[in-house]
Amino acid sequence: MGRKEENVRKAEKLRKQLDRIRNIGVIAHIDHGKTTFSDNLLAGAGMISEELAGEQLALDYDEQEQARGITINAAAASMVHEYEGKEYLINLIDTPGHVDFGGDVTRAMRAVDGGIVVVCAVEGVMPQTETVLRQALREKVKPVLLINKVDRLINELKLNAEEMQQRFIKIIGEVNKLIRKMVPEEFKDEWKVKVEDGSVIFGSSLHNWAISKPYMDKTGITFKDIYDYCKNNDEKTLAKKLPMYKTALDMVIDHLPSPKEAQKYRIPVIWKGDPESPVGKAMLECNSKGPLAMMVTKIIIDPHAGEIAFGRVYSGEIREGQEVYISGMPKKYRVQQVAIMVGNDRITVKEVEAGNIAAVTGLKDAIAGSTVTSEPDMESFESIKYISDPVVTVRVEAKRPSDLPKLVKALRNISKSDPSIVVSINQESGEYLMSGMGELHLEITEYRIKNEQGVDIVTSEPTVIYRETVEKKSPKFEGKSPNKHNYLYVEVEPLDEKIVKAIQEGQIPENVKKHAKEVTKTLQDLGMDRVEAKGVFAIKGPNIITDVTKGIQHLFETKELLKQAFEEVIDSGPKANEPVMGVKIRLVDAKLHEDAIHRGPAQIIPAMRNAIYGAMTLAKPKLLEPMQKIFISVPHELMGEVSKELQQRRATILDIKSEGDMSIIHGKAPVAEMFGFASAIRSATGGKVLWNTENMGFEPLPDFLQEEVTAKIRERKGLKPEPWGADHYMG
Amino acid sequence: MAMGELIFVGLGLWSEKDITIAGKEAAGTCDKVFAEFYTSMLGVPEEKIEEVIGRPIEVLSREEVEDGNAILDEAADKKVCLLTGGDPMTATTHIDLCLRAIERGIDTKVVHGISIMTASAGLLGLQSYKFGRTTTLAFPEGDYFPTSPYGVIKENMERGLHTLVLLDIGKKLMTANEGIELLMEMEERERGGVIGKKTLMAVVARASSPSPSVRAGYPDELLKENFGPPLHCIVVPGKLHFMEAKALVMLADAPEEIMK
Ligand SMILES: Nc1nc2c(ncn2[C@@H]2O[C@H](COP(=O)(O)OP(=O)(O)O)[C@@H](O)[C@H]2O)c(=O)[nH]1
Repeated sequence: MGRKEENVRKAEKLRKQLDRIRNIGVIAHIDHGKTTFSDNLLAGAGMISEELAGEQLALDYDEQEQARGITINAAAASMVHEYEGKEYLINLIDTPGHVDFGGDVTRAMRAVDGGIVVVCAVEGVMPQTETVLRQALREKVKPVLLINKVDRLINELKLNAEEMQQRFIKIIGEVNKLIRKMVPEEFKDEWKVKVEDGSVIFGSSLHNWAISKPYMDKTGITFKDIYDYCKNNDEKTLAKKLPMYKTALDMVIDHLPSPKEAQKYRIPVIWKGDPESPVGKAMLECNSKGPLAMMVTKIIIDPHAGEIAFGRVYSGEIREGQEVYISGMPKKYRVQQVAIMVGNDRITVKEVEAGNIAAVTGLKDAIAGSTVTSEPDMESFESIKYISDPVVTVRVEAKRPSDLPKLVKALRNISKSDPSIVVSINQESGEYLMSGMGELHLEITEYRIKNEQGVDIVTSEPTVIYRETVEKKSPKFEGKSPNKHNYLYVEVEPLDEKIVKAIQEGQIPENVKKHAKEVTKTLQDLGMDRVEAKGVFAIKGPNIITDVTKGIQHLFETKELLKQAFEEVIDSGPKANEPVMGVKIRLVDAKLHEDAIHRGPAQIIPAMRNAIYGAMTLAKPKLLEPMQKIFISVPHELMGEVSKELQQRRATILDIKSEGDMSIIHGKAPVAEMFGFASAIRSATGGKVLWNTENMGFEPLPDFLQEEVTAKIRERKGLKPEPWGADHYMG
Repeated sequence: MAMGELIFVGLGLWSEKDITIAGKEAAGTCDKVFAEFYTSMLGVPEEKIEEVIGRPIEVLSREEVEDGNAILDEAADKKVCLLTGGDPMTATTHIDLCLRAIERGIDTKVVHGISIMTASAGLLGLQSYKFGRTTTLAFPEGDYFPTSPYGVIKENMERGLHTLVLLDIGKKLMTANEGIELLMEMEERERGGVIGKKTLMAVVARASSPSPSVRAGYPDELLKENFGPPLHCIVVPGKLHFMEAKALVMLADAPEEIMK
C-alpha cells in the first residue's frame, strides 16, 4: 500500500476521535510563502510526492491562479501526522492571499479553529497580515507563528547571527502587538505567541526545514548551527534533520485546539440560537450523536460532480442519502455523496462526523454561508461578514445574443461559488451588472466565465459603486400615502460612527425581531439613547430605523411594511440611487387609517419611502466614495515617477520608509482613480515596482466633485441629472 | 367663471336598477360623469349604467381617484358627478375628495345609495343598531399579515355586538371561504379565543341581487359551501336577541340550537 493510501485509511479512522483532529488555515500576506508552505506540509505528510513540493502547487489548483501566482480559491486537504506516539488528523483549509478576495478568507476562517500566521522574515508584518489576522481573531481562531524565508536573511541580506535574532524579536513583537489589539478578552494572555513554548517556529518553505525552541532542546541544534548550514549551502542536511512539516505540524497539534475544545467558545460567536436546545448543546459539545449542523463555507462547480459544497460539520454527521434542510429553503434535499479532501482528491466516505470538513454533493440550493441541518427549524449560523463590500461594477454581455441563456447560468454559478460577486439586472435596460471587490477581482471572474463556463462575453469599463449618506439632522418630514389616509413623520440624521462600525463588524445581530433584547442592549452600550435603542426594528447596511412614537394604534401591524420601505431606500438612495450608509432614521409620529385595507402595502410603503427620501433630501445628502490603501515598494531613484503617478490619482501619501535601496510608500487613493494603475505604474517604473492595494471603506467625495459625479451616475442610470427636491416627496 | 359642482352618486349594490331616481336624474344632467369601482363594485358591467343614465361614463383608476385632480379640475367650472358602488360617503377617499372640493370653492352634493351596512343586516334579520365597528380583511403579502380585523371582532364580541367583515376586492376578489380561513389563521396567531369551532358566522353573497346567498353556521360547515359569484361578505354575530336567533334560523339556515 502506498503512503497516500495508508494515510487515507488512517484518516478515516481518526475522523471519529475528536481530540485527534485539528482544523487549521494559513494566514499570510501575499508572497510570504503560504502556497509553498502548504505544499510542504502536504508533501511531508505523504499527500503529494516530496520532490514535487513547491512545484505541484496542490492547493492552487485554479489554472488561472497559477498563471497569476495568486491563490484564488480556498480548497481543503487532510493530513495524518504522528506526535508523541499518537496519530492526528489535520484538515488544512487554504485561504486566498489577495484581499480582493476578502470574502473567501472570512469564509475559510469560519471552518477552522487555528491559524498559522506566515510572515516573511525579510518583509516582516504587512498590512494583509493584519487584515487577515483580525478576521481570524474576530471568529476566535487561535494563531501560531511561522517566520518564513529565513534562508534569505542569511544568503541574500547577509545578516549575521545577532542581526538575524534581532529581526525575529521585532517580528514576534509586532505580531503580538496585533494579537493584543484584537484578541478576545478571555484569551488575552493565553494567545500570545512565544518562542519558549514552541508557538513560534522559524524556517524556509523553499528548502523544507524549520526549527522551534522545543526542537532546539530536543536535538541540540542552535541558531548558530542553522546559520552555518545555510552559509555552507547545506540546507539539504537541515531539511533531513528538521523537516518543516514535522516542526510545523507538531506546533499545530501542541498549540491549536481540537474541535471539541474550540467549539465550546466559538459556537456562541458564530451562532445565536438557544444554547440549551438539542442542536445548541450538541454543537457546544461537538457531538456526532446530536442533530446535524453544518455550515457551508465554499461551493465549487466541478465539471463532473456538479456543485460541491464544502463545509464544517459542527454537530451530528452528514451521511450519504440523508435528507437535510438548507437555511432559507422550504424543501428537503437528499445528500448524494459525502467526501473528505486529500490534496486534489475527494475520497468518498459513508459519513463525515462533527468536527470535520466535508465535501458534499446534492445540496443544490446551498451557497457559501448556508446552514445545512437535520432540524426543520434550526436557527441559521450568523451570516459571514465581508471585510469589505463590492465597490466596482461592470456591465456584462454575451458576445453572441443567442448565448444569453448560457450567460445567465454562468453568472448564477459564479455568484454561487463566490458570494462576494454580486450579480444584478438593470430593470430598465435588461443589462446584467456584475460587482466585485476590485478591478482584478472582476478581471479574474471575467476570465473564469470565459474559460471555466465557456461563454464568450464582453464587459464595459468598470464603474465605482458609491454610497449615499447625510451630513446633518433633518427637520421632521411628512410622507403621505397615495390615498392620503395615512401620514408618517420621519427624521433622519448621521448614525454614530461607533454604531456603524459595530454593524459592519457584525457585533449586532441582523435579525432584530428575533434578538430584540441583545440589539437594544448592544446599542445602548454603544451610547444610543434608551428609547431609540428599544425602538429599533430593522438594521440594514450600516443603517438603522427606530420607532420612537408612543401608543399609536395599528402601527405594530404596519411595521413589516415600514421595514420594507426602509430596505428599499437603503438599496437605492435619493441622490443617485446608490446604496445608503450611516443613516439613522427615526419614525417620530404616524397617523393611520382605522381599517387595515386602507393601509396595506400599496399605501404604507410609498408613504414611508417618501418620508425617508424627503427627510434625507433636507439633511445635506452627499456621496461617499470607496477608498483603497496602497503599498508600493520601489527603488529610490524611481520615487519621483511613482509620486507623479499617485498625484494624478487624488492619492494621499501617508508614509514613506526607506529599507536598503528601496522606498516603501504607504498611501490611499479613491478606487475610481485607480483603474488602470497596474499598467501605468509598470510602465512608469520599467516594471521595477512591487505594489498592492486593499479596500478600506468609504470616505466623502470632495465637495467640488459631488455635483458632477451625481449627474454622471444619474445619467448612466437613465435618470434626470439633478436629484429631486424635497417637495417631490411631499405628495 | 361658472361655479362648478361635484355630485357623489351612490349606485347601490348589484345592478343598474339600484340607483335612486334622484341619482339617475342628477347623473343624467351632468356635463361629465366619472365612476370608480375599486372601493366597491356592482355585479353588472358599466354599459348597463350608461344606458340607464343616458350618458357616457369615464371609469377612473384608484390612482386617479386618490390623486383627485382629474375630477377636481373638471369640476372647477362644470357640473361633474362621481358614481360609486354602495353609499358614497362610507369610503374615506370620497370624504377627502368632498373636502378638497369645498376648499376649492366647488359646490358638493351627495345622493345616497343602498349600502352593504344595512343590506347585510337586513338579509340576515340582524338588528342594525347592534353592530359594532366594521372591518375589512386584506390578503396577506409576504410577511405582512394584518390581524387588526381580529381585534375588532374581539372588541365587538366582548360588548355583545355584531361585526360586519368586508372582504378585499383589490388585486383579487376574496371569497367568504378565504375570509373564514384567514380569520381562523388569525386565531392561530393571536389565540384570543374569538374564532372557534362553535363560533356562529354568517355569509352574505350578492346582496340586492335577485338570488343572494344567505347562510349562517359554524366555520367548518360554511367552509364546505360554495357561495357563488361575488361579492361576498361575512358577519360575525355577537349576543343574539331571540328574534335575531329565530331570523338566522329561518332566513339563513342557522342550526336550531342557537335558539335555546
Ligand atoms: N528563499 C525563499 N523563498 C521562498 C520561501 N517560501 C516561499 N518562497 C518564494 O516566495 C514566492 C512566493 O511564495 P508563495 O508560496 O507563492 O506565496 P503566497 O503568495 O503566500 O502563496 C515564491 O517565489 C516562492 O518560491 C522561503 O522560505 N525561502
